[in-house]
Amino acid sequence: MSNGTPASPSLVAQAAGRAKDATPVSSVVDASSPVQGPNNIVAPTEMTGSQAIVRSLEELGVTDVFGLPGGAILPTYDPLMDSTRINHILVRHEQGAGHAAQGYAMVTGGVGVCIATSGPGATNLVTAIADAHMDSVPLVAITGQVNSQFIGTDAFQEADIVGITMPITKHSFLVTKAEDIPRVLASAFHIAATGRPGPVLVDITKDAQQARTLFAWPPKIDLPGYRTVVRGHAKQVREAAKLIAAAERPVFYVGGGVIKGEATAELLELAELVGAPVVTTLMARGAFPDSHPQHVGMPGMHGAVSAVTALQQSDLLITLGARFDDRVTGVLSTFAPYAKVIHADIDPAEISKNRTADIPIVGSVKEIIPELADACRIRFAEDGAPRLDEWWAMLNRLRETYPIGFTQPGDGLSAPQRVIERIGALTGPEGVYVAGVGQHQMWSAQFIKYERPRQWLNSGGLGTMGYSVPAAMGAKVGNPDRVVWAIDGDGCFQMTNQELATCVINNIPIKVAIINNSSLGMVRQWQTLFYDERYSNTDLNTGHGTVRVPDFVKLADAYGCVGLRCERDEDIDATIQQALAINDRPVVIDFVVSRDSMVWPMVPAGVSNDEIQIARGLTPEWEQED
Amino acid sequence: MARHTLSVLVEDVPGVLTRVAGLFARRAFNIHSLAVGPTEVPGISRITVVVDAEGDALEQVTKQLNKLINVIKIVELIPDSSVQRDHILVKVRADAAMRLQVTQAADLFRASVVDVSTDSLTIEATGTAEKLSALLAVLEPFGVREIVQSGTLAIGRGSKSMSDRALRSVSA
Repeated sequence: MSNGTPASPSLVAQAAGRAKDATPVSSVVDASSPVQGPNNIVAPTEMTGSQAIVRSLEELGVTDVFGLPGGAILPTYDPLMDSTRINHILVRHEQGAGHAAQGYAMVTGGVGVCIATSGPGATNLVTAIADAHMDSVPLVAITGQVNSQFIGTDAFQEADIVGITMPITKHSFLVTKAEDIPRVLASAFHIAATGRPGPVLVDITKDAQQARTLFAWPPKIDLPGYRTVVRGHAKQVREAAKLIAAAERPVFYVGGGVIKGEATAELLELAELVGAPVVTTLMARGAFPDSHPQHVGMPGMHGAVSAVTALQQSDLLITLGARFDDRVTGVLSTFAPYAKVIHADIDPAEISKNRTADIPIVGSVKEIIPELADACRIRFAEDGAPRLDEWWAMLNRLRETYPIGFTQPGDGLSAPQRVIERIGALTGPEGVYVAGVGQHQMWSAQFIKYERPRQWLNSGGLGTMGYSVPAAMGAKVGNPDRVVWAIDGDGCFQMTNQELATCVINNIPIKVAIINNSSLGMVRQWQTLFYDERYSNTDLNTGHGTVRVPDFVKLADAYGCVGLRCERDEDIDATIQQALAINDRPVVIDFVVSRDSMVWPMVPAGVSNDEIQIARGLTPEWEQED
Repeated sequence: MARHTLSVLVEDVPGVLTRVAGLFARRAFNIHSLAVGPTEVPGISRITVVVDAEGDALEQVTKQLNKLINVIKIVELIPDSSVQRDHILVKVRADAAMRLQVTQAADLFRASVVDVSTDSLTIEATGTAEKLSALLAVLEPFGVREIVQSGTLAIGRGSKSMSDRALRSVSA
């Protein structure tokens, strides 16, 4: 591939102009082909642009796509109907297609694909694209666009979706010529899946879909400005090992990049070699087993006292695929004040963005972690392994004194934490848990035991309410043999529950647990804590003692799902078991819970992590621990 | 805040300027001036952008720019080791009586008169930002009617070529 001829017309000219040095431009990241899929050779074959779209997706190895047709993408839906290799799932709203593609990508590790028409179809994808951008999910969104000669005329269903999504995509393409389709789609998949993954939008005009072209495969990808550094700098890795050997209070600060980078086995080996505590962020739950004695919890605003303190008191953060998000650091200037920072990330722009790194290592964690382990072995052989007894004594004391827990609510209703904890316990780590956003999301992160990567999906960066049901649907399509739970709130659920129809019609038997506290619970919690219990517009009237609009059981029933309701502690296990026994259609459980339960611990926004509260107004006693 | 001149080599494709300019806006950087044009390599354009930023922030925006797929290479051009020039056209009020004085003022700055009418002169000048503001100060008393100014153009001193090096690194 390194001697390939550039396909882009502009760069063909450029290569010709530099013929003397005989090294044509090539963007190949490594020796293997950047074109995803088996790279079958297809001799030039005449077909339409839309057939080229479908054929390209097939050659790229795509088997499942989520979408909804409309005028500008209609030409593509015609050959799609004949494809035996691509299973298209018709959603009820394009946002659902986007989140489903995200869920699919998150469980399979591959690229998720969603398709929509121009204008409103495309703008309905925006939230999912933004979500994928924040959480680095490999996603290719294909949208129809009006005829190229109508672009810019405010034509029917015209929206400049390339312009609209520019800040929220890794890259985007506007395709106006049929012959560009294979190259652009192959490039889109390559960009979405490699380096720091992310969403790529491919906007294809209707005339490009209708025009005839010669399709050949594989196309030449030419991206002169796209280079991903995979291997970490050897000297930096050695310097990192030196710091680790000398550290007294090191912590592995593990982010979602370790899951995206498929480096969890490597992490386990390195962590056990070093013996340091491991914290897994919201995006990294499952990157390191919760049951492992070195795991001290999730850090951040609702993190465990042991995890938050481990970071705060650390003298060395071994940061792997994490990005020092404000929800983890609290007030940045007071975050981990004694720590030196090793920061390994595939995105150079993340390093020293929020917290200055002492040892920056750009590259893939999959490559860096084993090299760091080797460097540590050499270093430890000379200097001895770090002695962490005192460090562990302190953290173990914190872990025992301040475990994640909850109190029984005073109103006689079930504790939402108990419901979630039981779902996790009865389903086990082979299940997939997909949360919406809010209190139930935090409780799901806290009370379910995560033992393997891709067990936990949520909208971490963007915080998209409504993510759960469609993402769970996509996850179930990607992992049909696993039990997939959508753990949702009553607020979130009402944003995207139309996809239950998609699930029923397409036989995608997800399980939905609505943690129904009859309110926008996290907002209500902040109103309780910071707004004098003035509950402005957070009451949803879905719970106990309300008019119950909608009645979730009836709603489930109307969609052809099994609808269950559970209102008492003693029914929780039986209800979950009942749901686990049903595999021929989706199950929706209305878990009616107390609205007064709050997420603890909590670091209030705008204060230092040292001010973590384990319950309202209650801060752990630090004196004896220091 | 310190002023920095960045030279950005980009693929000459639709939307590339929007992507670059949008990134500056999104990351809250103030663009002082911008100049875009083709280079000696077909298909490659060069954007010269002058921004106000502190060191860390500049590094961050450079990294973010590098992430744009269509951006091939970025270098910061330091004033001491580069040539930096602005271009200006100024329409000055000048009737027959004043014309000579205005042209003499222009001569002092090695500016040239590119258009004349009965009551105005249009002067073209090239130079550093400092020189051009000095020229404007001299012309001001005559009555400046209209100004149009280019973004700063900048090129490194010496024989090395930015695009040469950039494309070699691409093909390596």
